[in-house]
Amino acid sequence: MTALPASTIAEPDGPARARWADSDEAKGLMLVSPTLLYALALLLLPILIVFAYSFWSQDYLTIDRTFTLANYRTALGEPIYQDLLWRSLTISLVVSVITVTVSYPIAWFISFHGGIHKNLWLFLITVPCWTSYLLRVMSWKVILGYQGVLNTGLMSTGLIDKPVTSLLYNSNAVVITLVHSWAAFAILPIFVSLEKIDRSLIEAAHDLGDNKFRSFLRVTLPLSLPGVISAFLIVIIPTVGDYVTPKLVGGKDGVMIATAIQAQFGKGANWPLGAALSVTTMVIVSAMAGAVVLALKFFVRRIR
Amino acid sequence: MSGRHGIAKSRWLPAYVGLYLAFLYLPILLLPIFSFNNAAATTFPLAGFTLKWYASLWSNTVMLEAARNSLFVGVCVAILSTSLGICAARAITRYRFRGREAANGLLMAPLFLPEIIVAVSLLMIILQIGIELSLATVIFGQTVFCLPYAMSVLTSGFEGFDRSLEEASLDLGETAFGTFRRVTLPVVAPAIVSSLLVSFTISLDEFILAFFLSGTEPTLPVYIWGQLRFAAKLPGVLALGSIMIALSITLLTVAEIIRRRAERRIQGA
Repeated sequence: MTALPASTIAEPDGPARARWADSDEAKGLMLVSPTLLYALALLLLPILIVFAYSFWSQDYLTIDRTFTLANYRTALGEPIYQDLLWRSLTISLVVSVITVTVSYPIAWFISFHGGIHKNLWLFLITVPCWTSYLLRVMSWKVILGYQGVLNTGLMSTGLIDKPVTSLLYNSNAVVITLVHSWAAFAILPIFVSLEKIDRSLIEAAHDLGDNKFRSFLRVTLPLSLPGVISAFLIVIIPTVGDYVTPKLVGGKDGVMIATAIQAQFGKGANWPLGAALSVTTMVIVSAMAGAVVLALKFFVRRIR
Repeated sequence: MSGRHGIAKSRWLPAYVGLYLAFLYLPILLLPIFSFNNAAATTFPLAGFTLKWYASLWSNTVMLEAARNSLFVGVCVAILSTSLGICAARAITRYRFRGREAANGLLMAPLFLPEIIVAVSLLMIILQIGIELSLATVIFGQTVFCLPYAMSVLTSGFEGFDRSLEEASLDLGETAFGTFRRVTLPVVAPAIVSSLLVSFTISLDEFILAFFLSGTEPTLPVYIWGQLRFAAKLPGVLALGSIMIALSITLLTVAEIIRRRAERRIQGA
């Protein structure tokens, strides 16, 4: 019933007012405003405050509001934060590239061979990704652990005679787990852009003598690029700040930046530094995402 | 071998799809398998069938309390994000106004932000204002996060809506509210139900925001997080996790069936 106010406001005060109040402009703004105000208050405002905090400093529990860049000097200068940022970016870049690469054929399969069951396929693929994230990460712990499914399984087949210790608690485990978590979310945008491709263009490429591979490279792939780009962004941005996976399966070598951010906000440690780390993460990941988008576009222009 | 449109149809592709589905599903199926296993260790071969881990959940009052919290939060988040989603989705699909794109962008932004940053920024503003952390703060936080999902379900439900139906109703003397209730609502109702179910499911499984904003009353995922430190508690967690997974899959399936029925109805209208 929340849509009610908008439809009842059109009580004309005078001709001019009535005309504006009746306009799409007014109705649209009225109707969208509750949601918009909510998002402004609980999303935009908090992020602006984080931004402000990153230029302040903290002395025990009091906040000093004089402008300083000291937090950024720490975030970008201290080896420990440099390492964490670098590792987070590398891991999430690797995860995004793998996820997009392994998902593309699936999206392609559904779009070109899904027939009338396209929706069912998409549903089948997305379902695992909606189930508890925590539990999915935990299941990888069960698989990769020292006494885990993989080790005990390999031992019972006689392929190895001692459990492999290098499966869990490192960055590889983080990468595998994150790829598993994000796979379906990467398929959706690629699928949508493949659906938009006019099939006759591909036929034309064949008629003009391109083989399957060349027509894929010169027609299908470039036209699906917007989907590839948004799949990439959908994976890389959230994974950089992932907290659960590094904590559960990362071990010492798999720690990522979110752990450091959380530490600065827990127990009144150092909010301004935590804020600066958050802002740095957001800026770097946006810059990197932008760079990858440009690189992909350039690459496609070359093969065309 | 060449399929329709001269598009390559290879033999290895279906195999790849099968492998991929196995990669997606097998880890999740492991949890229910081990939850019936008569041993605390998660190793093959299984030690025998048991229901004791499930039985032990019923006497676990802390867990039951967390489950109640999760249900309460889930219902509130579903209602709040769907109500807010209805306003925005209807405004965006129905009217052209300045700032429409920007509004849509802001609402969808949580999809493109590291969740920890949303959580941390909310935590800062809440503590800054001096509000105590509680289930209410979890609800408000999770709603921000659920809005993009509610919006995408709702906009797709509202998009195909034939506006002339409303105009006809108004021409025939129905009031604006009457039109909404008797014409618009029945057509978009499935999208609304689907949005409620999706938001509820997300809330039920959501961890980071609940972890940061929940104060002393944990939700189920926060409770699970606390248990994961103790190896001995693992089987209980597996049983609880299996129930949650079954519940999520059921809710999503219902949401999907309703959404599809709605799509067909709009196409038929």
